[in-house]
Amino acid sequence: MNAPASPGLYGDYGGRYVPETLIPALDELSRGWDEASADATFRAELDELLERFAGRPTPLYEAARFAPAGKRILLKREDLLHTGAHKINNAVGQALLAVRLGKRRIVAETGAGQHGVAAATVCARFGLECVVHMGSEDMRRQHPNVERMGLLGAEVRPVEFGTRTLKEATSEAIRDWITNVDTTYYLIGSCVGPHPYPAIVRELQAVIGREARAQVLEQIGQLPDAVVACVGGGSNAIGLFAGFIADKDVRLVGVEAEGAASLSAGRSSVLHGSRSSVLADEDGQVLDAHSISAGLDYPGVGPEHAHLRDSGRAEYMTASDAEAVAAFHQLASLEGILPALEPAHALARALDLDAETILVGLSGRGDKDLAEVLSH
Amino acid sequence: MAGPETPELAAAAVAGGADIVELGFPFSDPLADGPTIRLAAERALAQGMRTAACLDCLRRTRERVDVPLVPMTYAALLETYGWERFAGDAELAGATSLIVADLPVDLRPELRRVQLVAPTSSDERIRLAAEQTDGWLYLVTLTGTTGARSELSPELAPLVERTRRLTKAPLHAGFGISTPAYAAAAAELADGIVVGSAALAAAEEGASGLERFVASLRAAIN
Ligand SMILES: Cc1ncc(COP(=O)(O)O)c(C=O)c1O
Repeated sequence: MNAPASPGLYGDYGGRYVPETLIPALDELSRGWDEASADATFRAELDELLERFAGRPTPLYEAARFAPAGKRILLKREDLLHTGAHKINNAVGQALLAVRLGKRRIVAETGAGQHGVAAATVCARFGLECVVHMGSEDMRRQHPNVERMGLLGAEVRPVEFGTRTLKEATSEAIRDWITNVDTTYYLIGSCVGPHPYPAIVRELQAVIGREARAQVLEQIGQLPDAVVACVGGGSNAIGLFAGFIADKDVRLVGVEAEGAASLSAGRSSVLHGSRSSVLADEDGQVLDAHSISAGLDYPGVGPEHAHLRDSGRAEYMTASDAEAVAAFHQLASLEGILPALEPAHALARALDLDAETILVGLSGRGDKDLAEVLSH
Repeated sequence: MAGPETPELAAAAVAGGADIVELGFPFSDPLADGPTIRLAAERALAQGMRTAACLDCLRRTRERVDVPLVPMTYAALLETYGWERFAGDAELAGATSLIVADLPVDLRPELRRVQLVAPTSSDERIRLAAEQTDGWLYLVTLTGTTGARSELSPELAPLVERTRRLTKAPLHAGFGISTPAYAAAAAELADGIVVGSAALAAAEEGASGLERFVASLRAAIN
């Protein structure tokens, strides 16, 4: 289950459903990634950047006051990374890859703005041009991140059509890539999109699970009963799960936003270049997702999650806006940690999950969400 | 784009001199399309043009015109409707072939369709597309999305030259073509031209506007 049966496929999911124009670029990306990941120099450079620039390893912290009686809850603190979320793990790795491939212009999509900020950050670090497509509704909801991207030298292009959220921003980033494919690297923010993106992003986020597994064994001398992470596109979840997939007794639990439950309420369809579970109507038209958290407000999900769901290896649940906000307040007041609203969904389900020892991916910090939480 | 006026518009395009009519089945997230077609798709979906309605529109269009009718759509529609069922029902409704904008030649080889090749395609992929294609090859004139451009893409000539060396299939060039002069320049190179966004814009002025527009292209390329 670790490796897809044929390249780019997870069971029946994944693939490359894109216009022909992009296929040669995806082939180039696959080759480039295979070579880079086999190159010790590349891996050493990546590890050094993750340590000294991004702030790895992140702590595993036991939230003893947050945990209900009889439970242990451990938080993998990706919120402490540079730029405030796990997105930087992926952005650093892909920026290195872009430089290796000789691309000087980076295009990215963003929802919550966390990936956009991570992309803008690494572009500043590597001297790359950066264009971030962002829905105008998300620009309103996540205003501080828009300003951060600007200060980092990125151009934020508002997407003014359709849902004006992450779905449209992703389509627009892909169209930008189609148009500028010779010069441009598409730095995708989650484990979605055409092959090889889901595999690249998974590999770059797998550091979360590797660290967490070693840390939990060291700190409590056993594996957790369950590992819980929020799922938007699914990158922090797949990165955390990757460390535990082979541990058959560890439950893997993904938590989606109730109004954006691509896995819990979706159907098999094609979105943004791959076949996966999509919130779509019976004709395949993609439905609007709704979530208080911009980073989960996405009607698609990475193909590997669809496969993990079908195979039964992972379970997927949902949490409502109100449950996420309540968990946000609880973690803030009991532990002194302001979580992002995305992982607040995972925290909400961890509280009532029927498992004793639970490891939760705290994928990001809540600074960007203060206005949203205060107005709720 | 499929809609209530499609049969009349198709008849007008044929009266103006169109040899083939492409009929868009709208998708909510059309990656290959620029603003004009994206907006037309949004509007069509708002009018309820879902797959069954599009097939019905195709059937009614077939009653009005004799030229080949080619639905153009995205993989999500076939995925949810059923690949074989879609192809079968489209044929029954009068489709001559099919174009799926986000289905590269190596996916679903069993689905007979017009294959697209782009300036970025390798010779190997062009050869494969030519072998698999249904009747003619769709040459994407530029590296980009659909949408009217003012001038002929400099990428078309080398693409035509490369493709001619690899296949004898008829080559029809599309993406960007907007004016009679542009159409004439593209037709010097390819065996036919495909006009999407500019035709949609012309159709805004009704059937007679579309007929005049198509006639102006026809006159320019003859
Ligand atoms: C903090 C945080 N967590 C989670 C997500 C969701 O993305 P993914 O499911 O790819 O981890 C985002 C997206 O912006 C985010 O900012």
